[in-house]
Amino acid sequence: MKLIFEKSQPGRRGGELPKPDVQAPVVPAELRRSKPPRLPELAEPEILRHFTQLSTRNFGIDTGFYPLGSCTMKYNPRVNERLVALPGFRDLHPYQDEEASQGALELMWRLQESLIEVSGLHACSLQPAAGSQGELTGLMLMRAYFADRGEADRRDTIVTADTAHGTNPASVTMAGYKLAKVRTDARGNVDVEHLRELVDDRTAGLMLTNPSTLGLFDEHIEEVAAIFHGVGALLYYDGANLNAVCGISRPGDMGFDIVHINLHKTFSQPHGGGGPGGGPIVVRDTLEPYLPVPAVVKEGDVFRLDFDRPKSIGKVRGYTGPFGVFVRSYAYIRSYGPRLREMSETAVLNANYLLARLKDAYDLPFDRLCMHEFVLSARTLKREHGITATDVAKRLMDYRFHPPTVYFPLVVPEALMIEPTETEAKETLDAFADAMLAIVREAADDPGVLKDAPHARPVNRLDEVRAAKRAIVKYGFEEHPDVSQEPSAEPRQLGAPTGA
Amino acid sequence: MSYLSLTERDREEMLAAIGVSSVEELFRDIPAGLRFDRELALDPALGEQELSRHLEELAARNVDTSRELSFLGAGIYDHYVPAIVDAVLQRGELLTAYTPYQPEMSQGILQAIFEYQTAVCELTGMDVSNASGYDGTTVAADACYVAKHATGRPRVVVTEATNPQVRQVVKTYAPGFGLEIVEVPHRDGLTNPDELRRAAEDAACVIFQHPNFFGCLEAAPDLAAAATEAGAIPVAHVDLVSLGVLEAPGAYGCGMAIGEGQSAGNYQSFAGPHYGFLAARNEFIRRMPGRIVGETVDTAGKRGYVLTLQTREQHIRREKATSNITTNQTLLALAGLVYLSWLGPEGLRELGETCMGLGVYAKQRLVDAGFELAFPERTTFKEFAVRVGRSGQEAVRAARAQGVHPGYALGRDYPGLDDTLLVAITERRSPADVDRLVEALTQA
Repeated sequence: MKLIFEKSQPGRRGGELPKPDVQAPVVPAELRRSKPPRLPELAEPEILRHFTQLSTRNFGIDTGFYPLGSCTMKYNPRVNERLVALPGFRDLHPYQDEEASQGALELMWRLQESLIEVSGLHACSLQPAAGSQGELTGLMLMRAYFADRGEADRRDTIVTADTAHGTNPASVTMAGYKLAKVRTDARGNVDVEHLRELVDDRTAGLMLTNPSTLGLFDEHIEEVAAIFHGVGALLYYDGANLNAVCGISRPGDMGFDIVHINLHKTFSQPHGGGGPGGGPIVVRDTLEPYLPVPAVVKEGDVFRLDFDRPKSIGKVRGYTGPFGVFVRSYAYIRSYGPRLREMSETAVLNANYLLARLKDAYDLPFDRLCMHEFVLSARTLKREHGITATDVAKRLMDYRFHPPTVYFPLVVPEALMIEPTETEAKETLDAFADAMLAIVREAADDPGVLKDAPHARPVNRLDEVRAAKRAIVKYGFEEHPDVSQEPSAEPRQLGAPTGA
Repeated sequence: MSYLSLTERDREEMLAAIGVSSVEELFRDIPAGLRFDRELALDPALGEQELSRHLEELAARNVDTSRELSFLGAGIYDHYVPAIVDAVLQRGELLTAYTPYQPEMSQGILQAIFEYQTAVCELTGMDVSNASGYDGTTVAADACYVAKHATGRPRVVVTEATNPQVRQVVKTYAPGFGLEIVEVPHRDGLTNPDELRRAAEDAACVIFQHPNFFGCLEAAPDLAAAATEAGAIPVAHVDLVSLGVLEAPGAYGCGMAIGEGQSAGNYQSFAGPHYGFLAARNEFIRRMPGRIVGETVDTAGKRGYVLTLQTREQHIRREKATSNITTNQTLLALAGLVYLSWLGPEGLRELGETCMGLGVYAKQRLVDAGFELAFPERTTFKEFAVRVGRSGQEAVRAARAQGVHPGYALGRDYPGLDDTLLVAITERRSPADVDRLVEALTQA
């Protein structure tokens, strides 16, 4: 399919804006644009067709089942899209006076209160723009907390699990901390003995996902919390897997001091092909003074933005936060109310049902009941038939399913991480299980059909190694190279974690 | 209201297949003391109609720019968003997709991001753009992180005439990066290149906004040259909407160009979600934060797109990654691409000229009415600072009583400008609207 730049014709116009009868000033020559930008020149009907055509080459939760582990791909209610477009939300300027933004501030305050209740903690900041920014903010809070106690220089290490999302160690570095990694034990829990060796008075805190990225609830979480609190360190909860435990078990009750919540996972903000997201953090009262500004506070019947927090770490993003994300997530929470528990129960039921249907056909590294997701391994398929997790993933596309997350977590070889979410019907789960079982049979009978998969997508498997080597990251107009004419290098694929 | 599909019979069959007798049993790994033993204290569930009414009531308590003649800007602008943007963003295949980790399932969004990267590079004169950052403030922090690793230098210079929101966020991030922040003051609304050069002696980068926060056109090529002479990477914080009339930062020697994309194709939305853009020269490509889409071919030699240079990123490089970012603002960046395609090069230039022309008209009308411009000598783009003869806050209150929001009170960020408003004028305002502004400020 052509790029929009390749459909461009000089002199063709899309939209036009008002041109009032006013005279523009002369821009000094050294500041004036010397060469017009080569933006596309198309009429509006062709622009719409271009993007409609692109959409038909994409797959969303609206298109079909999307069991991408750790990403919680659940239905995105359309009423929320209508509500976020109300002019009172959509056309509101962030510097509008507080008395003229009361509805927006009340919505934010109500969302804060809901997230506090679900987390079992005390104070909330809606500011972080995504989970990874929530992580970084949480680590900044730890630094501020220890600085206040005169311990910031001493406490220089954060512990993460070997099953952690890549964001955890990356955030540790960006926050200026050292990293220590704790192993996973034979049942898929944090290895408590190893943890005792790692934690001492230099430890600032732990970052942990619970249930873990293996989809398992850590059976020793109380002991883990006691180890950290025993040396005066803090516990950070990566909320990527909160969809498993809403109303069932709360991070604050587990002993965590700081939690981030991925609004685009648990609370259904559509992910838009990569974002936006939302990563509010909720904290124990001892950490509240350090939260980013602004916070929304309620005084009598009036809501206002509170910037007067002398110990705050400061601002982590512009203005008042990704408000449209708040509208959708607040609407989602109001749709369920206390029935959020049923949401999580159903997510866990769906996952365990799929696990029950698949565990005899694939390797199961930890034979336990799962929470909202589970991790299988294609280890045996690889050993016996040369079929990898990538091959299984690509073949699933021919059955019209989005593949699971693959090669993550790193502790499981040939990992397939499957998260069905609560919004899927049993028929869908059965159809997916049937496809996964059919693929196991195909691996023995006709492995070539897996190696060549997918067969029914707009493109075959793509040469990722060439993409990285050539690094063609924009259209080059008349100098654009023709990569199809260049020799290929093996292997084509990176076999790297995808998803989560 | 819920969005669950299972019937009672489904549940029974599924529990039987799992081999447990109840849903509670599925949670047996959770220690007994940690099982939440009451109902969540949340307001009762609402059906779609009741939910809509509740949110409509909240929305109605906000005074948005369709209900009040607004001249607010200061980084978030009321530009027109064409209907085609809404239409494309509501395509479920794009709206409800996750990150394109599986390229064969995601050619639509991958190609769109590649086109977005091309448009951003074309406008800024850079070689590479990422797929977006969170907003116009966090991309400034990202630029500092790139510059720190590229130069090993311990400081970052930010001009005082850069949006205070950007400066505040950079300050929050800096300690973790091990960077000290130095601000260079403005002189009558502009940054002095010599002062900038002296401040940049051991700086990793210099961030300057152009047009700056006051709307004034900086001597951008001189600022970039001053930074380069001091060995610092010049980083221009720019408005995409200005780049039809103003020179591309790449053409005057900048190493990176960053900014807030809201003005190009996104609604104000009480500050988000929007998108930040970050583009750079080729030499920084392997230090870029976030996702980048690259072109390649499939097994049949057909052109396609994938996430590329992923060994920079957290899911592979982990603690050695160039950033922790994963979720970004792709959908909003797509809005930017649709908008820029709709405007085209001519439309973008006309838009810039319209904003500048309306600004000239407004400044003249205000001067004629007896007001004093804060920086009368300066050429401005779509905002300007005007002294209103009393506290800016009071002037806002009085004008709002007449249905006009006259702009942002600068005293909040700049102590010497307590009596000054920052007035933003986009193509959505007409000369008659400007006349109403003058009237409201005069009578108030």
